[in-house]
This record gives sequence, C-alpha cells and structure tokens, in this order.
Amino acid sequence: MIRQTIGMVFIWVGIAFDFLGVLGLVRLPDVYSRLQAATKCVTFGTAGLLFGVFIIKGFSSFGFKALLGIAFIFFTSPAAAHAISRAAHRGRIPLAKESVVDLYEADGELKEK
Amino acid sequence: MRVARWLIGATVLGSLATLNFFVFEGPLLVKLINVSLFSSLFVLFRVVYGPSPADRIVAVDILGVLIIGMLALFGLFFDQGFFLDIALIWALLSFVASLAFAKILEGGRLDD
Repeated sequence: MIRQTIGMVFIWVGIAFDFLGVLGLVRLPDVYSRLQAATKCVTFGTAGLLFGVFIIKGFSSFGFKALLGIAFIFFTSPAAAHAISRAAHRGRIPLAKESVVDLYEADGELKEK
Repeated sequence: MRVARWLIGATVLGSLATLNFFVFEGPLLVKLINVSLFSSLFVLFRVVYGPSPADRIVAVDILGVLIIGMLALFGLFFDQGFFLDIALIWALLSFVASLAFAKILEGGRLDD
C-alpha cells in the first residue's frame, strides 16, 4: 500500500513535468528555448514516471524493464537534443529577436567551414 | 490584450482539466493517460505549425518521449509487461531518427 502511494506520487510528478514541458514547447519563441523547455520533460517527466512504475512493480521483469528504459533515456536523449541544437545553429536557423548574445557564433567555429 | 490572452488560456486549460478530472468517470490511471494524450495534442500543434524544420524535429523527439511514458502507464493499467518492450524499441528508434534528422538538417551526408 505504501509502495503504491509513493509510486503514484512519482507518476503524478512525472505527468506534471511532461505537461509543463509541452506547454513550454508551445509557448516559447525560439527553437533553442523550446528545446531547453522540452528536455525537462525527458529527465524529470518520463524518467520520473518510469521510476514510479518501478516502485509499484518492484523487482520483477516489469520493474527492471522500467529501469532499463530510464537508463536508455538518460543516455540517449541529451545526445539527441545536443545534436539537434548544433544542427539548427549550423543550419542558420535564426534566434529570437529578444536574445542578446550568441557565443557560439562569436566563437568563430562557423567561419572556417 | 495580454490579460485577455491569459484569461482565454486559463479558461481553456481549466475547462479541459475540470472536464478531465471531475466529469469523466473512470480509474485514476485512465485520467493520467488522458492528460498525457492532451500533452501530445500540444506537441502535434508544434509539429504542424512549426516555423522552421528544427521545431518539427524537436517536437517529434518529444512526442516519442511522451509516448514512452504513456506506454508505461498502459502497461500499469492492463498489468501486462510487453508494453515496456514496445517502449524500449520506441526509444531506440526515436533516438536514431532524431540523429538522422539532425544530420540532414546540418546539411551533411549520412555516412560520415
């Protein structure tokens, strides 16, 4: 019973983070800030949800599959986000009008290409 | 104008949340799955109306992550373990697809 309650709390927090991250994906003005909002719903949202499933199901095959999913998401999703943002900057997708500095542009890495 | 936009958004979100949580009869897990489906509706809005290709790629990536969480909830609801297998395979394919889309967006070839 106490395990069920703690797992449901983790699932609630995960669903709330998912919803808020998606809200940021709709509301924010720019590709990069949208990516920054949307990566929250990976590390806290879906990973928290899978951890709640692991707490509810315990050390069975179901729970270990959930743990494997957490490990896989933690390894792959920041790599994918970094690749997308780097490709967007190299593909000359502009920043928002409100942004004040672009250090990656000023670094001069793009000039040698 | 700004106040009107905030009011409209709060009304829409509040009405959806109340409809979802108080009128709909069902178990709690089904309501949570409904919230997740509603979030994926937002993501589909960004896929359709995204101004640049990178927005669409980000949205598809996040849609994969949302569907992984939704499949975990489905497995918890039906008490079946194979939904987590589907979730793992979905995560793998979503990762590869995101990397390939990023590579195409960067302008390079796929084999270097």
